[in-house]
Amino acid sequence: MQEKLKNILYEAQQELSQADNLEELNDIRVRYLGKKGQLTGVLRGMGALSAGERPIIGQLANEVRSQIEDILELRTAEIKEKRKIVQLESERIDVTLPGTSSMMGRRHPLSIVQEEIEEIFLGMGYTIEEGPEIETDFYNFEALNLPKDHPARDMQDSFYINPEVLLRTQTSPVQVRTMERTAPGLPVRIIAPGRVYRRDDDATHSPMFNQVEGLVVDRRVTLADLKGTLQVFVEKMFGPATKTRFRTSFFPFTEPSAEVDISCVMCGGQGCRVCSHSGWLEILGCGMVHPRVLEVSGYNPEEVTGFAFGMGIERITMLKYGIDDLRLLFENDLRFLAQF
Amino acid sequence: MRVSFNWLQEYVDIDVSPAALAGSLTLAGLAVEGMEEPGKGIEKVYTGKILKIDTHPNADKLVICQVALGGEEQTQIVTGATNVRQGQVVPVAIVGAKLAGGLTIKKAKLRGMESRGMLCSGAELGLDPDILPEDQQHGIMILPADTPVGLDVKPLIGLDDVIMELELTPNRGDCMSMLGVAREVAALLKKPLKMPVIQLSEIPPGPEDNVRVDIDDADLCRRYVARLLKNVKIGPSPAWMQQRLRAAGVRPISNVVDVTNYVMMEMGQPMHAFDYNKLKDGHIIVRRAVTGETIVSLDKAERKLAPDMLVITDPGGPVAVAGVMGGLESEVTEDTTAVLLESAYFKPVSVRRTSRDLGLRSESSSRFEKGIDLTGCLRAADRAAALLAQMGAAETVALVVDNYPEPAVEKTVLLRPDRVNWLLDTNLTTAEIGQLLTRLHFTVQEDSSGLLVHVPGYRPDISIEVDLIEEVARLYGYNRVKNTLPTGVITQGARTYAQRLALNIKDFLAGSGFKEVITYSFINTRVFDRLGLPEENPFRNVVKLQNPLSEEQAVMRTLLFPGLLEVLQRNSNRRVKDGAVFELGRVFYPREGELLPEEVQMLAVAVTGSTQGSWNARPVSMDFYYLKGCLETLLAYLGVKDVAYRPAADIRGFHPGRTAIVQAGDVELGVIGELHPDVQENYELSQRVTVLELNFHRLIHVSGTPKKYQPLPKFPGVERDLAVVVRKDIPAQEIIDKIYQAGGAILRDVQVFDIYHGEQFAPDQHSMAFALKFQAADRTLTDEEVAIKTDGIMEALQRDFGAILRK
Ligand SMILES: [Zn+2]
Repeated sequence: MQEKLKNILYEAQQELSQADNLEELNDIRVRYLGKKGQLTGVLRGMGALSAGERPIIGQLANEVRSQIEDILELRTAEIKEKRKIVQLESERIDVTLPGTSSMMGRRHPLSIVQEEIEEIFLGMGYTIEEGPEIETDFYNFEALNLPKDHPARDMQDSFYINPEVLLRTQTSPVQVRTMERTAPGLPVRIIAPGRVYRRDDDATHSPMFNQVEGLVVDRRVTLADLKGTLQVFVEKMFGPATKTRFRTSFFPFTEPSAEVDISCVMCGGQGCRVCSHSGWLEILGCGMVHPRVLEVSGYNPEEVTGFAFGMGIERITMLKYGIDDLRLLFENDLRFLAQF
Repeated sequence: MRVSFNWLQEYVDIDVSPAALAGSLTLAGLAVEGMEEPGKGIEKVYTGKILKIDTHPNADKLVICQVALGGEEQTQIVTGATNVRQGQVVPVAIVGAKLAGGLTIKKAKLRGMESRGMLCSGAELGLDPDILPEDQQHGIMILPADTPVGLDVKPLIGLDDVIMELELTPNRGDCMSMLGVAREVAALLKKPLKMPVIQLSEIPPGPEDNVRVDIDDADLCRRYVARLLKNVKIGPSPAWMQQRLRAAGVRPISNVVDVTNYVMMEMGQPMHAFDYNKLKDGHIIVRRAVTGETIVSLDKAERKLAPDMLVITDPGGPVAVAGVMGGLESEVTEDTTAVLLESAYFKPVSVRRTSRDLGLRSESSSRFEKGIDLTGCLRAADRAAALLAQMGAAETVALVVDNYPEPAVEKTVLLRPDRVNWLLDTNLTTAEIGQLLTRLHFTVQEDSSGLLVHVPGYRPDISIEVDLIEEVARLYGYNRVKNTLPTGVITQGARTYAQRLALNIKDFLAGSGFKEVITYSFINTRVFDRLGLPEENPFRNVVKLQNPLSEEQAVMRTLLFPGLLEVLQRNSNRRVKDGAVFELGRVFYPREGELLPEEVQMLAVAVTGSTQGSWNARPVSMDFYYLKGCLETLLAYLGVKDVAYRPAADIRGFHPGRTAIVQAGDVELGVIGELHPDVQENYELSQRVTVLELNFHRLIHVSGTPKKYQPLPKFPGVERDLAVVVRKDIPAQEIIDKIYQAGGAILRDVQVFDIYHGEQFAPDQHSMAFALKFQAADRTLTDEEVAIKTDGIMEALQRDFGAILRK
């Protein structure tokens, strides 16, 4: 019997090692270990053994069974693994083929840049104010210290609806409206983005364009505060290495007034075509709010001061993306818009 | 304003480079927009005298000149110029010379005759022909006959100069003069200012000499100085003056005209010279024009004068338009022997309006417009007279009329040093502030309340304290002021709900494949014709621009989507046929009895063609259902409840069978629909277009329904499909509503998953298949329960719509 068991084990081992799929393994299992299998057959013949032999043979039969089972398990695992490898190999795809396309939508570059500007000032505690695009002469000009005969008010500069109403030429009327509403409350800390209109149409002027203006009014606002604020803005917008310089300028609604240049973003200040070889790019106008503007808006200029600034979103967008033609921004060519 | 560096040196000793000076001026508010070196690249051009001119043996159009170049040197030059004469001194480019535009002169043979060099025209030396005297605009440049021979020509004709192009702000009219700029330069460089010395020697007037000035409209003319000059000899002005005028961009004409221009450039006082003998009685009357009056101006054009224009007249009528242009009749000509010089102050607004209305802008009007020095009129007239006398062109008669009805009162402005330090965040002492202002030529007096600053007449822009603070700041240096951030109450920066929603919508649509566009707010009224809107259609009621640039931009839009159609059209013309675009912007409706129109923010979307597709995905047609799907998702995302789409067959411009009004509860949000084929054709679009236009304010109003957590289902749901055959004209929404109604509380969801038109149905019928989902929160539903509900649904559909269950 012992011999027989050893043979069974030997043969099972042989067959198992040769089997190469799960079906064969199963056949082998049935043949050796199944109800009608060889090992069961041997065990069935144990009745003929002596009482002394029975436990020995019994133990041996169990060992053979467990050995066959172990090998079976091992072989099953091996074959499964092999199968998986074959399967994975057969499932190989060309991962360099383009993916299932989805439509490419985009925000308009002006809208992206406007949001970016807004975020910078929101982070500094400003709120966003809006106002009408069609304005009264009073809010667009008069309240901003642009009396009736100021050159900037010539018909060729503004689009009029009637002598008292026009398309706003700047978002500054929003500043006045906000101050009027807030006065004498403090502080005022707002930006006013939006569309503005001027009667100009050539390669570098669009009759409609977009501005962001800012206004801070409080008890002790200084030119230094204006400079520091714009320095922060410039660094966030154009990178920390960007330098700024303030040039004396003139706006009827601010005094002192300044224009702000940044070191050229194209050449880093070395001088190039974009900066007319000066190394500087003009990006915004600013100044301390003119006392008359504060007064008209309901503040006492002896007690409060303020600063204001304004920039064209087109200009900043063109610099940021290297766009060399203003008109592209309003042509809405989808191939252009797809780039941002 | 063109500023010659060489000329400037006459008033200030400049010890920095032109580039450094330009930098300082720019920061101080006199922006230098450009620097020009007229002589750059020009080499080896000398003065030469033409000794002899011979005809060319082989060419009619050429001559052979023998030219002396100083000392023994002499050279032969062949030229085609026709204005050369023996004895003239001309610029000669010798062999090896470099001229403007990079031309190098080589030895040459012209039709067999040797030519060693070239006689130069102004243009060849880089001079703008427009500012050369008329007789030298063509041909060789002729230098004054007494010019020594053999000299480098560059310094003689101003080619060693640097010209700074100043871009002045409107408040700095005082810097539209060399002296004005010199004052700034002196202040910046801490140098003294050297004023020109005026030496007048007057001859007594003769008995027949008479000058009278009446100012009838003193509101427009605050001062009028008239000075008589006699024994005038008209001729060219001296070379040095011509050179300076050229540097300033002014064409030399004759000594008298040149001097008036020179004084204007030097002192900022526009002047006019009348031929005294052509003025009636030497009598000047300054008054507003009379209706119907005309004048022939210097440019030989007849100008119609309006009653608000200020004119200079003699008893016979207008002789000049005040501050704008002189009249032809009293013009100084070669025959002029006596001149009446005008040096006046005209009101800026008046000159600006007049020059605008006449379409005449001049160096003179641009100065008057900004306000000149009221106190300087007489000095300028004297300066001009002295210059003319100095060059032997005229004698000054001791006959000057200074009609100055209301002499200027010197302005004094109080400046409080603590105010300066407050606004600038500086620590300047009173003395330091005083010094800065003194450098800028203000007279400063200390007083218990601060500094009393006397403002010179040429600074009309300074009237209140902050104006002086700017002066202090700019000379101190803006860039030396600290950089700080505002202190005080911390404020919270945040977008309003509407502002946030606008951004969310833009981001959502961009994420869904739409491109944002920005179109003009003004449109052509033709848009309404293209849309087929009848005359009485309310969208035709527009806000009109009084002075549009063109018909294309004549009225403010009342609808947003036509702008998108134009975008699609433009792209289609550029062979980009498919498109999905949106815009968030305002439309404008006139309001009866209100000053300002109503501005409403709208959201418009337009789609045409199909999605791109790829190797594994077919393109999807961007049609009504495509856009509606996007809208449904958007509205769900925004938390808009009770959305309904009401078929709308009668909206102009839209397809009557493919258009719906979008509603949320009883709020009408807008419209979604396919364009009417006529409109599509009007926009020359080859594919169908579906558009959407929603009122953004109403959208805000219905959005953001508060969301509340619903417990997740604990018990499994049951799904059933139901296919019915039903008439095609019954709206799906009605069937769905009916299913919900009949399904009761346990019916959680109904989806249409198939619509089938087949031959087995009557032509007006189709099959609709619904996926129903039943679920209860408190129990597992039994099949019987669900069967009762589906039977009930079927019964209701059969009863109300005649639907038949499709097996
Ligand atoms: Zn650059």
